[in-house]
Amino acid sequence: MMRRGVSVWLVLLWLLTAVVSQFVMLDITHMDLDKILQGPDINNWFGYDDLGRSVLNRLLDGTWTSCIVAITVISISLVTGTLIGTASAYAGGFIDLVVVRIIDIFLAFPGILLAIALAGIMGAGVENVIIALSIVGWVGFARLARAQTLSVKHREHIVAARSLGTGHLKIIVRHIIPMLTTPLLIEATFGIASVIIAEAGLSFLGLGVQAPDASWGSMIRDGTRYMLVAPHLVLIPGAALMIVILSINLLGDRLRDHLDIRSQLRKQGE
Amino acid sequence: MMISFVLSRLLSTLVVVLGVICMVFLLIHFIPGDPVDMMLGESAQAVDREALREALGLNRPLGAQLWQYIVGLFQGNLGMSLHHRIPVSDLLAERLPATIELAVAGLLVSVLIAFPLGIVAALKKGQAMDKVSMAVSMIGVSIPNFLFGPVLILFFSIWAGWFPVSGRDGWSSLVLPAMTLGTALAAVLSRMIRSTLLDVLQEDYIRTARAKGCSRVQVVLHHALRNAMLPIITLLGLQLGVLLGGAVITETVFSWPGIGKLMIDSINSRDYPVVQACVLLISLSYVFVNMLTDLAYAWLDPRIRLGDRS
Repeated sequence: MMRRGVSVWLVLLWLLTAVVSQFVMLDITHMDLDKILQGPDINNWFGYDDLGRSVLNRLLDGTWTSCIVAITVISISLVTGTLIGTASAYAGGFIDLVVVRIIDIFLAFPGILLAIALAGIMGAGVENVIIALSIVGWVGFARLARAQTLSVKHREHIVAARSLGTGHLKIIVRHIIPMLTTPLLIEATFGIASVIIAEAGLSFLGLGVQAPDASWGSMIRDGTRYMLVAPHLVLIPGAALMIVILSINLLGDRLRDHLDIRSQLRKQGE
Repeated sequence: MMISFVLSRLLSTLVVVLGVICMVFLLIHFIPGDPVDMMLGESAQAVDREALREALGLNRPLGAQLWQYIVGLFQGNLGMSLHHRIPVSDLLAERLPATIELAVAGLLVSVLIAFPLGIVAALKKGQAMDKVSMAVSMIGVSIPNFLFGPVLILFFSIWAGWFPVSGRDGWSSLVLPAMTLGTALAAVLSRMIRSTLLDVLQEDYIRTARAKGCSRVQVVLHHALRNAMLPIITLLGLQLGVLLGGAVITETVFSWPGIGKLMIDSINSRDYPVVQACVLLISLSYVFVNMLTDLAYAWLDPRIRLGDRS
């Protein structure tokens, strides 16, 4: 199994690659017609695709796509989900009942089904992928924030703040949300991995990033047509995708073990 | 008590079902611009446009459209496919067996992989076997369907030549799609089996069983696994959604002629009534399965259905 420290470095490498790829002016559309479908060799470790474009350059550009989509979607989902979930649990009563029902309805669409339908209907493109995944993404955070708020809202410091006449908004922002950061942070880490998978999945289905821009998912889709002669077109973006997702999941596990006081106690007990 | 539990569960399911119908209905209004233009293209005749607008009810107020949609659903009327020019319900009926076949096969594969993996990991906790099987499951979680599918095709169809690359033609064509779908589920399931078993193995009755001389294997199979089954079955119900959602991508990878492939094809041919119907069918069957799991759980475990007494 991958040493856990490695995962942090791989995630940092992913972020760094994404940022750097935007500054080095990658030529992702240049075609070398005599290098079409050429496999990896000593001069170009990643080979060329069906149009003679450098797989390395497209891979780097795809890194940026996955990164920008993941960070945008998670930021939007985290903020809206947390606010809705916290406010709903804090308000309680009828409002909470309605919010819970709405969450249930969103959860009735399994996996990325709703995102596929939304992206398919709104039309392809990065913006629509971000919108579709955010519409689906807030639910998980809202559910978590709601459950956590319910468990802390009767704590003494909140009751004290309320009896001192502190406003509701201030109580939510200053006294409740800080208590939710640990679980939300862990959820967000795993969320990044699932958004990367979802973006690549939508692009694989042809609903995401459009040519000539690159995404790991669309690279895999284009590669499947040439698997007999050029398996590297599937294997290289596939390996990149898998390594990044594995690293983020391991990082999430590590964060959970590190931040979750209960699992630390359990470990000490053993 | 059981009756009131069943009634309240049915009622909340009904609310969710109505909500899902409303959202699926609203999907068509997410189309940028005029839906009719999107579906028929720029070159369509004005007469055809008006006919489609009338058929879809788009010229009426939103509330009336929704009502028409719901009434249509209860009459089994899902509209007409714009592309295939037959009723959508006929299309779904034609594609449904393939998806059910794939889902059942995928579930079978996942159970066959997950139970041995999870049980071994729980029994050998902290040892090499545990670490290996949990590493395998972590890798399984991290490989998406649309990567694992092509990789399986590459190894077992193109290089080894054992199974067909795609399509639905006999048992051999089912193997790779079912493997793709099943391993993703197995990865999650084996982790769950491991942690549930570890919890159960701490219980007093396990120690009692061991003390009276039952072998380790006997204790695990007869005492621990039976008690661990309840949470595992619930998870299985929830994970069925992952299976159904994953089926859309897996079916596309293998050109498997099921509901998921129909949905993607219909997105590409802008046949939106069919897209709506596919989303509706997949999510409603998910809701239905979850309700059944909940009811089965309550029936099996009196603590759930009698819980509100305390």
